[in-house]
Amino acid sequence: MQAPEVHPAPAKRVETGQLMTGAEMLLECLTREGVDCFFGYPGGVTIPFYDALYSHHIKHILVRHEENACFAAEGYARATGKVGVCCATSGPGATNLVTGLVDALMDSIPLVAITGQVHSKLIGSDAFQEADTFGITRPSTKHNFMVKTLQELPQIVHEAFYLAASGRPGPVLVDIPKDVFQARGHYTPVDTIHLPGYKVFTEGHTGQIRRAAQLVWEAERPMVYAGGGIVAANAAPELKEFVELSDAPAVCTLMGLGGLSCSHPNYISMPGMHGSYAANMGMTECDLLIALGARFDDRVTGQLQSFARHARVIHVDIDPAEIGKNRTPDIPIVGDVKRVLQKLNKVLQELEPEFGKKKSEARRQWWTRIRDWKAERPYDRPHAENEIKPQHLMDEIDRLSGGQAIVCSDVGQHQMWAAQLIRFNEPRLWINSGGLGAMGFGLPSAMGAQMARPDKLVFAICGDGGFQMSIPELATIMTHALPIKIIVMNNGYLGMVRQWQTLFYNNRLSAVDMSCFPDAEKLAAAYGFRGRTIDKPWQLTQALQEAINEPGPYLLNVMVSPEENVYPMVPAGGAIQDMVFGPVEPVAV
Amino acid sequence: MLQTISILLENKPGALLRVTGLLSARGYNIETLTVAKTIDPELSRMTITVEVEDRLRTQVIKQMNKLVNVLQATDLTDSPAVIREMVLLRVRCPQESRTAVLKEAEIFHARVVDSSVEGFAIEATGEPEKLDEFIDVMRSYGESEVSRSGGVAMSLESRKLRLQPPVALVGQVSDLPTTIPN
Repeated sequence: MQAPEVHPAPAKRVETGQLMTGAEMLLECLTREGVDCFFGYPGGVTIPFYDALYSHHIKHILVRHEENACFAAEGYARATGKVGVCCATSGPGATNLVTGLVDALMDSIPLVAITGQVHSKLIGSDAFQEADTFGITRPSTKHNFMVKTLQELPQIVHEAFYLAASGRPGPVLVDIPKDVFQARGHYTPVDTIHLPGYKVFTEGHTGQIRRAAQLVWEAERPMVYAGGGIVAANAAPELKEFVELSDAPAVCTLMGLGGLSCSHPNYISMPGMHGSYAANMGMTECDLLIALGARFDDRVTGQLQSFARHARVIHVDIDPAEIGKNRTPDIPIVGDVKRVLQKLNKVLQELEPEFGKKKSEARRQWWTRIRDWKAERPYDRPHAENEIKPQHLMDEIDRLSGGQAIVCSDVGQHQMWAAQLIRFNEPRLWINSGGLGAMGFGLPSAMGAQMARPDKLVFAICGDGGFQMSIPELATIMTHALPIKIIVMNNGYLGMVRQWQTLFYNNRLSAVDMSCFPDAEKLAAAYGFRGRTIDKPWQLTQALQEAINEPGPYLLNVMVSPEENVYPMVPAGGAIQDMVFGPVEPVAV
Repeated sequence: MLQTISILLENKPGALLRVTGLLSARGYNIETLTVAKTIDPELSRMTITVEVEDRLRTQVIKQMNKLVNVLQATDLTDSPAVIREMVLLRVRCPQESRTAVLKEAEIFHARVVDSSVEGFAIEATGEPEKLDEFIDVMRSYGESEVSRSGGVAMSLESRKLRLQPPVALVGQVSDLPTTIPN
């Protein structure tokens, strides 16, 4: 195995007023923000920055495509909650970041992207590798900056980190012209930042919290709808306390998986388009929906008018613009879900003597209904004798990871099966592109997660489509000896599109055939590690175990039944209680 | 229904684009837009009139308030406010109607800013609907060309401006070691 790039990390203390270049100042700011590694790809205008990096202790991961630098930084951020950092050069480097930026924006992932820009005297002249990065990334970031002078560089970098991590997290881009990297000036550490227009409300309205607590006790059929905000706010312990105090059943969305441990007795499962029967029926029939850091996404609510139609709604979110966006709540609470839950739990306890037992009979009946729904239609987990069912694969990964491994998923059918069947006992174990659904996310995000958590077993679960978008990163994985277990769920199709074409377009399979796929063993060997293809159910356990036991990376290509569909499924635009569990009459969508 | 939005924002490059981008991304066409700096030269006041679907009006304001460069975005459509606009109009009129044109201008409290043998250039301010009438009247005298400023609005209620105070970077920065181990 090739040795990772190592440069000497000289001990140095940066003094106030020290003469430094812009590139050195940027590195000093990154150090002060606690950045230990970042992902990038150099180019013409960032050479001065990479030159300063040569003798700096911060670790740089050279990816093979800038989009993957952004995805890897997201993986790092999603696995830790820290701000992920990526870097690209001007023009094509910056434009290649855009998909990752939008992905981080949709899923509220803290990210700082640094892009080089052409010399400030050349801006606007259609210079070589010039693009209007500031303009292009404005709608794809939470905020973006263009640095014009060396003096403002440190301030802007710290503002970028602050914006990325605080409030509703998100990606922030800093565009730096080449001459700012090269300029020399006296460095003054930044001690305060001032963003007068940046309004963050964390505490929640006390009166509303009290009213919410009363509603919780008065509810006969409460349901917790926990979203990605629980994970982002590190509010899992508070959520656990809340469901235990209120004895409310809970669903975690695709972004919130692990927010409440899947082994918790109050946990039902994931709701939505491919959510479980019990979760969707529970959401439909509840009389109080407690939305915590969730945004009533169309993939969760289905047809909005009939979503939780009997329910009053408590909506807690740190972003005021999410409140009432899709559903007008009865109790809106703007605040950090962790802080709000701490207060809510306290009030719940205070009110328990007064209200606690009033609804116990109704609650008992509610739990019986939920248990019945669970028993009536659990997730389908077919196993076959001669072919590997995709659900069988996910079952085995679930068993071997024991709710402790990090699972980075790509986008498509495998993502849904993984989300349904792999159980997570903690937050930040399930990493996927939820809002944007960006194919090619799985493998690079696993690089970031493994860099952040070298102690963890990390799976990258990809479809044969998404994996082929990320193959170049096998070189990065090898270079840094990242022991990622790459599991390709190979059905020879772009499976999710194929499923829709089968169900809703008279099985006219248009542009979904992916049957040409490289030999996994040879492909892995070409990069210097081990790989294997399996297609029989009896090989599965042993092959996965072999992959896990391998000290380095491993590529396991699992040929699965090509035409398996993900169920339950809510047809697009349908109400979530109208799930289908098998092929339906084709309808136009 | 036309929505009138008043926005106080930082006078910085790109700030205007962030606001208008929110509207264009949703396919809304901006009817009028004015922007200029305030008493504090670091801030600008912007007035936008735009046709927004009723159910999305609050959402649009919330999204604007989320912008880091925006200090306050307010919907003035249904609240007490004055809205004024300015129009510059050039009308070509024959010799015999010159006096009539001047009389009409006077009725609208408009001012002649240029006079030539072909006609007049006239400046008028007022409520946008009043200016519509003014323009209609002038056009009846001859070929006209107009340049309108778009409305500028001022709320008649004082609104509390909630601003984020400066944030110390303690804990983010100074807790980290500045000495890097070998």
